[in-house]
Amino acid sequence: MSRFEYAPAPESRAIVDIKSSYGLFVNGAFVEATDGKPFKTVSPSTEEVLAEVSEAGPADVDKAVRAARKAFEKVWGPMAGRDRAKYLYRIARLIQERSRELAVLESLDNGKPIRESRDVDIPLVAAHFFYYAGWADKLEYAGAGADPQPWGVAGQVIPWNFPLLMLAWKIAPALAAGNTVVLKPAETTPLTALAFAEICQQADLPPGVVNIVTGAGRTGQALVEHPDVNKVAFTGSTAVGRAIAKSVAGTDKAVTLELGGKAANIVFEDAPIDQTIEGIVNGIFFNQGHVCCAGSRLLVQESVYDEVLARLKRRMSSLRVGDPLDKNTDIGAINSSAQLAKIRELSQVGEDEGSERWSPECELPAQGYWFPPTVFTGVSQAHRIAREEIFGPVLSVLTFRTPQEAVEKANNTPFGLSAGIWTEKGSRILWMANQLRAGVVWANTFNRFDPTSPFGGYKESGYGREGGRHGLEAYLAH
Amino acid sequence: MLARVTTTDNGVDSLADVTSSEDRLRRFLLGLPGVDQVGAEARAATLSTRSIKTTAKAYALDLAIQMIDLTTLEGSDTPGKVRALCAKAKRPDPADQTAPQVAAVCVYPDLVATAKFELRGTGINVASVATAFPSGRSSLAIKMQDTKDAVAAGADEVDMVIDRGAFLSGRYGLVFDEIAAIREAAGDAHLKVILETGELVTYDNVRRASWLAMLAGADFIKTSTGKVSPAATLPVTLVMLEAVRDYHESTGLHIGVKPAGGIRTAKDAIKYLVTVNETAGPDWLDPELFRFGASSLLNDLLMQRTKLATGHYPGPDYFTLD
Repeated sequence: MSRFEYAPAPESRAIVDIKSSYGLFVNGAFVEATDGKPFKTVSPSTEEVLAEVSEAGPADVDKAVRAARKAFEKVWGPMAGRDRAKYLYRIARLIQERSRELAVLESLDNGKPIRESRDVDIPLVAAHFFYYAGWADKLEYAGAGADPQPWGVAGQVIPWNFPLLMLAWKIAPALAAGNTVVLKPAETTPLTALAFAEICQQADLPPGVVNIVTGAGRTGQALVEHPDVNKVAFTGSTAVGRAIAKSVAGTDKAVTLELGGKAANIVFEDAPIDQTIEGIVNGIFFNQGHVCCAGSRLLVQESVYDEVLARLKRRMSSLRVGDPLDKNTDIGAINSSAQLAKIRELSQVGEDEGSERWSPECELPAQGYWFPPTVFTGVSQAHRIAREEIFGPVLSVLTFRTPQEAVEKANNTPFGLSAGIWTEKGSRILWMANQLRAGVVWANTFNRFDPTSPFGGYKESGYGREGGRHGLEAYLAH
Repeated sequence: MLARVTTTDNGVDSLADVTSSEDRLRRFLLGLPGVDQVGAEARAATLSTRSIKTTAKAYALDLAIQMIDLTTLEGSDTPGKVRALCAKAKRPDPADQTAPQVAAVCVYPDLVATAKFELRGTGINVASVATAFPSGRSSLAIKMQDTKDAVAAGADEVDMVIDRGAFLSGRYGLVFDEIAAIREAAGDAHLKVILETGELVTYDNVRRASWLAMLAGADFIKTSTGKVSPAATLPVTLVMLEAVRDYHESTGLHIGVKPAGGIRTAKDAIKYLVTVNETAGPDWLDPELFRFGASSLLNDLLMQRTKLATGHYPGPDYFTLD
């Protein structure tokens, strides 16, 4: 009998209408940038140029901040919470209505598989707007004092790994709390943020409440250093986060930073083995491993090491790497050539330091940026691949003997964003969760997100929380 | 009794010890890794999102037809009804000769002879339920006689039920002995062991019962009688496929899986085939190792098959009732 070969099942691109060039979204309209050069955004799976995008210079950022300030003072700040809620609900519904288009656009610009943008990213984006819409008229019950007030203008800089989802994490609570925003999407993934700008127009959101300025590091720097920004929110690398913390030190700006991670995913000998393997795969290969909370350090109890590794490798062999728009793709393209170079470099370091590298046989497309799912065994705490964030589909496997040792190794990192525990023993889950210094601890699952649940880091993973009531508090002065 | 393990391969030595006493069997079953409900259901849901189109769909539809145990298990069954079902099994789509035959026709023991006669020379097997189906509430002697009657009448395959009461009260040895006894009574017939997962309820129980049945000599493990709701579900089938995969890993033996009841659409059947493909692996994409216990599923498969070939849906009246 012949094999069950899945025929290509590509999601149609026809649903998206990408313009050849985009301006900046300032004060409710798309405008030309005045002092920056346009740059190109490419599809990482094919290297095809998708569109030309404007780079906002300091003068453009200043215009956007002024527009946000005016909207805050004249319209959005004084508006009753229930009316702000109406706009947020409207945006949420528009996102749902346009979900297929947004999913295709996200997969094109970012390289992530359509299965994830369709089933994870976009539904969560809508859920965040719905959730925070509900808070807009209940701020005095959020636990942030009797009469909490918005900061004013929020300057927000987001990464390329979950472009529209990170936008939602930033914009939804900010608007619900009464702030106006200037947001800079990542330079490699600006398209869904620009589509969101259209949604704001479609929702009749008052001009200036949301402003989108595209560009690279220089634009982001101009935004967070702008003197009229009251609140800075950043998600991205620890190095940039540190620079932002320095630049706002001594000012009265409020800051939240969500930075890198090197999460331990801890597997005990009594773990539900099949679901654990799924959890390990989901922990590190979800979104090509471009996840700050990825379970990139697998800690396995020595007594089940061989079994876990054998099952993990078998499972990895069935992962489907390829066209992000194919509905059967599990792992898409690496977001940029720069990121691919970094993943390659750190993987080489892993080999040079003596760890054993393994990838399933898989054919990678000739065009675009690709890296196979990879696992390193024989890794110790001293190896760089156990300490540095790779931000790619690369798993480092370490072992432990006792729960105490697992905790020590899990915590022995400069980061502290997330952790996972796999065991059937409930008491051990609670004990471990209390010992682990990580903002999120998942038990018998991994990479699960919900708008009601706060998310954030310890140590070099940043400070402040996003999501839930805590995420709302970050946008309220009290 | 216990000790009787499958003997067809020397690979089972590693597990022979497990069935040497009831205590060991019990400890082995309770020592199997747990199944996390949320995780298992999430995995099944993800597999359900696979998009099977064009050539892959054509392959899957034909394979699914060949995996069907076309079933009638009603108190109102008559030789006439069974003859009609057999005609359908032989030529599912009168309008299209290329439509493959089903794997087997599944009936009560008293109708085996009728089915056997109708299906002579076709290669289609006759499967008979037995052992006081569906509840299994009878003495072992009666269950064995029930089985022998079915085999004597010509059944190629026997679908037995386990004693769920004994299983749920922890009397694993009793369940094991009964399966082993029916295994003997069934002689050369293929033995499918129905776990009735709707009554076992938890996935942990499904995994334990799967192993118990395999150790006791099952050729197939089957989800349900079709008389209890829920019958087959994708997560239950996933857990059973993991069990046969792991059993193969430790013994080298291939045990089949048969979800039965509640699978009515081609779309559902394809989800099961995807789950087989990505869990137990391509070896199991074979009617020897995977079956659907179904009746109305066949017509939907035929309808989708015609749609794929001609580009349009014929109405339901273009397909025979049974």
